[in-house]
Amino acid sequence: MDMKTSKKLGLKERYTMMTRDLAWDTTYQPMDKVFPQVGYEGIKIHDWDKWEDPFRLTMDAYWKYQAEKERKLYAILDAFNQNNGHLSVTDGRYINVLKLFLGSTPPLELMAARGFSMVGRQMVGAGPRVACQMQAVDEYRHFQTQIHSISNYNKFYNGMDEFAHQQSRMWYLSDGKSFFDDAITAGPFEFMVAIGFAFEYVLTNILFVPFISGAAYNGDMAAMTVGFSAQSDEARHMTLGLECIKFMLEQDPDNLAIVQRWIDKWTWRGTRKLASVGMMMDYMLPKRIMSFKEAWEIYFEQNGAALFTDLARYGVTIPKCFAQTVEEKEHVTHQSWLGFYMKPESTPFHTWIPGPDELDWLSEKYPNTFDKYYRPMYEYLDAQEKAGNRFNNKTQPMNCQVCVNTIKYNEPGDPMEMCFRETVYQGEKFHFCSGHCQEIFEDEPEKYIQTYISSHQALQGNCAPEGVDTHAPDFNPGSHIADYWRLDPRATGDFNGSEDQKNFAAWRDLATKN
Amino acid sequence: MTVKALADYRFKSSDALENYQGKQLLYINWEKHRMFSRPFVVALPPETPFSVIVDKYITDCYRYHPDFARIDWSTVVWQNSNTVFSPDPVKSLKENGIGHKDLIRFTTPGLNGIADTGY
Ligand SMILES: [Fe+2]
Ligand SMILES: [Fe+2]
Ligand SMILES: [Zn+2]
Repeated sequence: MDMKTSKKLGLKERYTMMTRDLAWDTTYQPMDKVFPQVGYEGIKIHDWDKWEDPFRLTMDAYWKYQAEKERKLYAILDAFNQNNGHLSVTDGRYINVLKLFLGSTPPLELMAARGFSMVGRQMVGAGPRVACQMQAVDEYRHFQTQIHSISNYNKFYNGMDEFAHQQSRMWYLSDGKSFFDDAITAGPFEFMVAIGFAFEYVLTNILFVPFISGAAYNGDMAAMTVGFSAQSDEARHMTLGLECIKFMLEQDPDNLAIVQRWIDKWTWRGTRKLASVGMMMDYMLPKRIMSFKEAWEIYFEQNGAALFTDLARYGVTIPKCFAQTVEEKEHVTHQSWLGFYMKPESTPFHTWIPGPDELDWLSEKYPNTFDKYYRPMYEYLDAQEKAGNRFNNKTQPMNCQVCVNTIKYNEPGDPMEMCFRETVYQGEKFHFCSGHCQEIFEDEPEKYIQTYISSHQALQGNCAPEGVDTHAPDFNPGSHIADYWRLDPRATGDFNGSEDQKNFAAWRDLATKN
Repeated sequence: MTVKALADYRFKSSDALENYQGKQLLYINWEKHRMFSRPFVVALPPETPFSVIVDKYITDCYRYHPDFARIDWSTVVWQNSNTVFSPDPVKSLKENGIGHKDLIRFTTPGLNGIADTGY
């Protein structure tokens, strides 16, 4: 075949040739047989060519650009590691942020990579297919670079080596796993709303601010650089999610009701997923950036409201959960940290009671709630710990059937009461953390009856190492589950008295004194 | 509503009663004592006397709280989810109408947690 290459292509021409011109309509098989997934969710698309490619990036330009970022990133990581950068972080407690992050985030980046690979195959238009492919590669890169940046810490501190094993097994990681399992088993359009829009667009800054700025504030150059290296990708991801929403809404008025339900569902699921991120900001960063409440106000209430005002012309309304999240921003981080603090033998990271000036910071940042509901309890637990009676709740948790958070949030309007919701489906009771999760369940009960709840699995005898008789009358699932999780006992318990605490202090002394 | 899917979509519940080999799940929560973060779950045979719930499971978990020693058990209000009931301690879970995945909530009037915070 002859190809004229004499003339250098213009940007637009080049873009067209490298994306849209690579696609064709099938003739041996009808198109709807080759692309069955785009139809069954009920979304009506009349003209795929109307898809606006939000960033006119071709694959070859993409590779070049990403490779350059990789080179810079790994140069900084190498320097950081060679200079014992881990000893320059603000405090040994900071490393627990990385442990929580390592278990909860890179595995989800990998799920995002898988999801976008699938959607890239399932979509009909060349525009969205190319964009999804690029995002799949981005997400894979995030997964790798995050692990690489943290791997150096793994040489020195406990609790990081089994994150991949723990991801699909441990109680506190089930919320994130369920979030992506739900998205990836939905159709391509719901996946795009779930991850591309609700997560990447509406909520992504809440994840970015604490992790990247938190890393920068606390002297972790490695994690900070990984974050910045991902940020230009995120700008693309946000645009893709938003373009997909607009495309669906412009294609057919019947799409609105479906899209609105997905926006409501996934904004709520994302909000629940972020409770532990907020806890990083308020409790785990030795040097704080801003409170979770402040971040929620800026990134969700203000920016989110502006976004939904913009989308109002399509008939989209603000997510149903908006008001509840505004009320909860005063509470969730305190409730979440307690949820981890009281379970010292069940996480591969340490917990602690904030010091007196940290408690003062919380009182100042949460004037409506912290002193009234949380401070007396934290001070009580602090006194108990100092008296040698540290809190250790050895029981197994009750979880929400949909978001798989433990049922630990308050009844809206009443911070002293636990919020319970339940429904009966096919003769079996199901419990939820909120009315929003109940509604999600009732929309698709066949899906959520399959939820993996770690404590239930243990009680069924599915979480004991081989050789343990789970039918024995005295079988106690709690006594085996740590082995099943491959939980390093050195990584558990209070930060005070931990091996990490001692080592960090000793190595830092060596590095800074004679 | 139901799941939209390209193929037949039918799966079993992960927590169906038959998965528990003769036991059933029971959730327990002490109201206005949220220091324990969330309710806890146990698996027990339906023949278990209700007294075991109080004497063993509730005591083991909640005695860490300074309010626990102050409970006047004759004034405790019991609920199965939102329905108030009066459990008979010598009767079994089943005889007390407690089924698989029921949530037992108990309120201790006058005791509202550390410094009346609900925690
Ligand atoms: Fe990512
Ligand atoms: Fe992303
Ligand atoms: Zn929930």
